[in-house]
Order: sequence, then C-alpha cells, then structure tokens
Amino acid sequence: MVMVRLESISKSFAGKDGPVSALDRIDLSIAKGEIFGIIGSSGAGKSTLVRLINLLERPTGGEVFVAGERVTDARGERLRELRRSIGMVFQHFNLLSARTVARNVAYPLELTGRYGKDEITEKVARLLARVGLSEHAHKYPRELSGGQKQRVGIARALACEPQVLLCDEATSALDPQTTGAVLDLLRQINRDLGVTIVLITHEMDVIRRTCDRVAVIDRGRVVEQGPVTDVFLHPRHPATLRLVREAEPDGGSLEAISASELGSSTVRLTFTGPNAHRPILGRIARENVVDYAILAGRVGHIREAPYAQFIVSLSGRDIAGAIAGLRASGVDVELQGGPQTEQTAVTSPRVGERALHVV
Amino acid sequence: MSFENIYWGDIAAALGQTLAMVGGALLLTIVVGLPLGILLFLTGRQQLFQAPVAYGSLSFVLNIIRSVPFIILLIVLMPVTVLVTGTSLGIRGVIFPLVVGTSPFFARLVETALREVDRGIIEASLAMGASTSQTILRAVLPEALPSLFAAVTVTAIVLVDYTAMSGAIGGGGLGDLAIRYGYHRFQTEIMLVCVAILIVFVQLIQAGGNRLVTHFSCR
Ligand SMILES: Nc1ncnc2c1ncn2[C@@H]1O[C@H](COP(=O)(O)OP(=O)(O)OP(=O)(O)O)[C@@H](O)[C@H]1O
Ligand SMILES: [Mg+2]
Repeated sequence: MVMVRLESISKSFAGKDGPVSALDRIDLSIAKGEIFGIIGSSGAGKSTLVRLINLLERPTGGEVFVAGERVTDARGERLRELRRSIGMVFQHFNLLSARTVARNVAYPLELTGRYGKDEITEKVARLLARVGLSEHAHKYPRELSGGQKQRVGIARALACEPQVLLCDEATSALDPQTTGAVLDLLRQINRDLGVTIVLITHEMDVIRRTCDRVAVIDRGRVVEQGPVTDVFLHPRHPATLRLVREAEPDGGSLEAISASELGSSTVRLTFTGPNAHRPILGRIARENVVDYAILAGRVGHIREAPYAQFIVSLSGRDIAGAIAGLRASGVDVELQGGPQTEQTAVTSPRVGERALHVV
Repeated sequence: MSFENIYWGDIAAALGQTLAMVGGALLLTIVVGLPLGILLFLTGRQQLFQAPVAYGSLSFVLNIIRSVPFIILLIVLMPVTVLVTGTSLGIRGVIFPLVVGTSPFFARLVETALREVDRGIIEASLAMGASTSQTILRAVLPEALPSLFAAVTVTAIVLVDYTAMSGAIGGGGLGDLAIRYGYHRFQTEIMLVCVAILIVFVQLIQAGGNRLVTHFSCR
C-alpha cells in the first residue's frame, strides 16, 4: 500500500527577478511501513520536498496524497488533522525551551483537547520510556545533550500516533556515535510501530544504515531512485556517484578507478547477502585458470546485509568462463572499460567540488 | 536648606498617586499594547499572516504617536481625554493619555520580542497540528516571556517618567509635587526628596523586572 504519493509536484518561490524553481515535477511513491530516504546535496530541495508532505509548504503544481487521500488543498481542521497523523523531527530539534521534557512531549496531545490530564501523563511516560528518557522527564531542554534533545523530538513526534514520520536532517547536528544511536532508535520505531519513515539527509552513510529505498534529488529533480542496495552499489547519475564517493573512506577510489580505462578484462564484481562471505572468487579463478588483481574495493553493510564490491582485472585462460561462473554463483558482474560505460564521464573527486558538499 | 518643613503627608499622598498612575496605566498599556504587538508580529514580513498593507498602516499610526513628544500629546489629547474619562485632571484624567503614549512603544517591544522566537518553534508547533492561535498562545508567548517581562519593565520606567510630566498639567503625583514646590516655590529640599523617591522607585522596578526575566529564562 502506498502511504505517501507525490504526483508531478513543482514548487517555486518568489525571487527578486521572477519565480525561482525549487522542485520540478517530482513523482514519488512511499510505501506503508518502509524507511524511505531522500538524499541530495545542499540546496537540492530536500527540505522543501518533505515540507510539502505535511503542507508546511504548498506546491505550485501537482498533487499530494497521504494514505490514499488527496490532501493538496486541505485547510483548517482537516489540515490540522492531517498534520497530527504525520510526525516531524527537525535538525535543530525545535523544542519549547520554556517547557520541561515531559511537557514538550505533552504539547501535541494538549493541542488536540481530546485527552484528560491523567491520560496525557500516562501517554507521556510511555513515550519517554520508548526513547529512553524517563529519568529526564523534568529537565529543561537546555539541560540535555543533542542526542537527548533529538529523542525528545522523536517522542513528541510520535505522541499523536502518526502513520508517517518525517525526519529532516534529524542527525545532521549530532556527532557520529549519537547519530548511530538515533538512527537505531528510528529503525526500532519503524519495526515496532510500523510507522512509515521519510528520512532526509545529505549523507549516504545515513541512507546505507537505515533506509529500504532511496531517492536522489539534484537541483529540484529526482535523478535516481530504487532500493538502497541498487542505488548505493550501482550509482548511475553523477549526483549519486558524488554522494556515494563522499561516504567512502578514501574518497571513492572505486569509482575513480573505473573511470580510467583498464581494458576489457576489468570487471566490477558485487557480492551481496551471504555471497559476501563466501570464497567464490578464488574458487572460480582456480576452476577457470585465471589470475586476478584487485584494483579497488569496498566492503560493508547495507542495513544488516553485508556487501563486497571489487574492481578486478582478470587475466589467464578462460576469462569468459570465469565471468559466467561468477554470474552463476549469484555475483553481479559488470564489464568495465570501453568508452560506452557511463563511468567515463566521471572524473576523480576534485577538492573544490567536494568542499561544496560538506555542510 | 532644611528638611524640617517637609510635608511628609503630602509626599506620601503624592507617592500613592504615582503608584496608582503607573500601575493603572501599565496594566492598560499591556491590555492595549500586547494585542497590537501580536498583530504587528503576525502581519509582518514572512510571518504567519503576512499582510503588508495592514502592517504598514498600523506601523504608520503607531509611529506617528511615538514621534509626538509626550507633553504635546497630553495637551492635544485633552479634549479626547475629557470625552473618554469625563475629566482631564487627576489620576483618572492622566491615565488615558499615558496609555495612548506608551501603548505604541510597548507594542513595538512586543513585536520585537515575538520576532526573536526561533522560527523553527513556530514551524514545529504548526507541524504538530496547532492552529495559529494555539501556536501564539501556547508556544510563541511562553517562549518570549523573558523578553516580554523586559518590555514591561522598560515600559513601567517610561511611565514613571511620563507621570512626572503629566503631573505638571494637573495629574498629581511625585513629579507634580516636585515641580510645584521645587520650581514654583523654591523649596529645593522637597524636590530633592521627590526625585530621590523616584530614583529608588525606578531602581526597584528594574530589579524586580530583572528577577522576573531571569526566573523565566529557561534557555
Ligand atoms: N522560503 C523560501 N523562499 C525562497 N527560496 C527558498 C525558500 N525555501 C527554500 N528556497 C530555495 O529552494 C531551494 C531548495 O531549498 P531546500 O531548503 O529545500 O534545500 P535542501 O536540499 O533542504 O538544502 P539543505 O541541505 O541546505 O538543507 C534552495 O535554492 C533555496 O534557496
Ligand atoms: Mg534542508
């Protein structure tokens, strides 16, 4: 079932000399219960896109559907009801500094006017327990660390039992360790409550660790989308390549090497799932009497699933047989080199270019 | 100079009048100025009910009142004051012009205080399904409380100043006493006592205001 659907959404803002387009005919479908990532570099239009889902921003064209219902021009009580069914988590937390942790979480419940005092107290206690903040209920936001503040933000966003949780750079103000903990919490919430999560980020690592599917947006357009494994291991669009490279420890030698032609015996091998742990390459090489040199590679996990990806130069007797053998074992083999591949267009990362995307 | 022929009874009465004028006018200034300030805030650029014409007109009127020196405002307003309160004399006659004089000032301070509230908080409130009035009453005003108390403090001190002036044209209070005895009858010591009391009064207002501001600052 589709939870959120954007249909040919455009958004432009009034600028000094005429309207400035921020989003251009975006089509997206987000399934119920998935964690959907939206990634793009700064200014790509991610925040604008996510704010269109709960209509903090009105589209200049196109339609928004939530849970099968067209909500594009919802107003008044209908709009407020819609927003209650969509929680939102912010980069800078946006907590009420004049309220304690518990009263921050109570805020959305108070707004509805539907709950009695005791009911609110009880709900708040349960929410705080879920995010592991029970001991801090009576502290003020200024007394909390960034990670704790974001947990309050998450508890608050869950208060009205939303179907969708929008997270706009929810971890961008946090250190790596806290980021990991907050992402784990989001995944746990997704698993336990079945809440659909839309996660905005400019870091591929966040997507890799958390999301089921991802859309890459660049200058207001969706340039690539699909399961994270596909997009992360087989990036096609230059914007995606750039984001993947940023997530690589050495700046993405893998993509860089594939750019420089290495001859027709160079292949990119992708092992996913259990294959990532099996001794396939050595066996196939022996069986077909070929030698191989690993030119570049990366190994890691996409969510829990391991992957390994190598650029390998093959030489010896039966290269074609080796490739067929690898494919038969479930390894994804892409022939590298030759002017027809899209990687030819990709040059190695330039310092200036990369600096632009470090936000 | 001798402090023997000081009429302490008169001074006590004048202090009572000053307190009544400042207190009454402050209360009414808040009642009038707070909504005006909220209106300025809401209709301002990039705000919830952005309305350039409404904002511009209100802003223009408030600025006109603010640019008229208070002593002149007092005189100009006299007929209106009589119409509204029945007299232009005494505490009753003075509170009306005082409120007219300070409300625009207070409204501006309120506007500034509300604008200082992080936009993210307003956005979060709306995203949680709050209406505009809920957002103002439950999020923006509480967040701005320290600045609002600071605004009330400054306004109270301005009111002390204005009451002294209005005293000169028949309002009573410490300022009036100081001018009547100190200026017209050359009894400098009475003027000195009045001024000393006003100094203490202003200090107390400031100290009280500061305490409130600190108490409500949760950042
Ligand atoms: N209220 C606004 N008025 C005018 N232009 C805007 C407004 N909001 C966003 N824009 C423009 O729309 C484009 C997309 O902005 P947006 O905030 O969605 O980007 P983003 O991908 O979230 O970037 P970042 O990673 O920096 O948060 C930018 O060019 C921005 O200048
Ligand atoms: Mg953004």
